[in-house]
Amino acid sequence: MLNCKQATALMSQGMDKKLGLWRQTSLRIHLMVCDGCRNFNKQLQFLRAGLRRFPHRNG
Amino acid sequence: MENELISFRSDMLKFAWLQLRDESSAEDAVQETMAAVLIGKQSFGNRAQLKTWVFAILKNKIVDIIRERARFSSTGAALEEIPENAYDDLFDERDHWNADTRPSAWGDPESSFSSQQFWKIFEICLTRLPENTARVFMMREMLDLDTEEICKELAISPTNCWVVLHRARMALRLCLDDRWFNAGDRDAEL
Ligand SMILES: [Zn+2]
Repeated sequence: MLNCKQATALMSQGMDKKLGLWRQTSLRIHLMVCDGCRNFNKQLQFLRAGLRRFPHRNG
Repeated sequence: MENELISFRSDMLKFAWLQLRDESSAEDAVQETMAAVLIGKQSFGNRAQLKTWVFAILKNKIVDIIRERARFSSTGAALEEIPENAYDDLFDERDHWNADTRPSAWGDPESSFSSQQFWKIFEICLTRLPENTARVFMMREMLDLDTEEICKELAISPTNCWVVLHRARMALRLCLDDRWFNAGDRDAEL
């Protein structure tokens, strides 16, 4: 089973490329049981949204 | 059109500087962009469309400058800027989150997008990323290049490239958490 450190690494990697099925599944299971990593995952998505919007922040 | 371009200038300079970390290169990128827009003479229905177009050109100019630079310099430096053990304290001996570092919910973070103050903090956090780390990260997230392209441009291995991206995300997440989402006094940070 994944620990949180490994899970954060996989979540970050998943932002850049598609994870293999096994990694994807172990991550999914970790996220089901770990609310800290669930929050981390949402926050990574938010960072990306923020960075995309950054040039347009002043209208 | 010219007035609008002038009104975008300061945002353009900041955007270019975050990636190039050098005022004269940022200035070059912005001026070349303005020239390209004026020569292009496209017409735009509204300001937002024009701004999107202008930034698309600016992104290309920035990538050109980074490519040019990569030819002359080694950018392996990115890997050493944030050390490998920088985030070890977040985890316990089993590598699970410590009680006080476990990420807590940010609520409805998108609502911060309408806050000027949020964007100031966001910019501060981006500025605090070390130079080469920032370059790799921005190429990925702001210029929207894929990691393969970035590794190739900067001549770093895919694994190292990805490690740099991960550390940049850790740093930015912690900074926003500290200074905005879980900040006791947001004003104190400005
Ligand atoms: Zn976890």
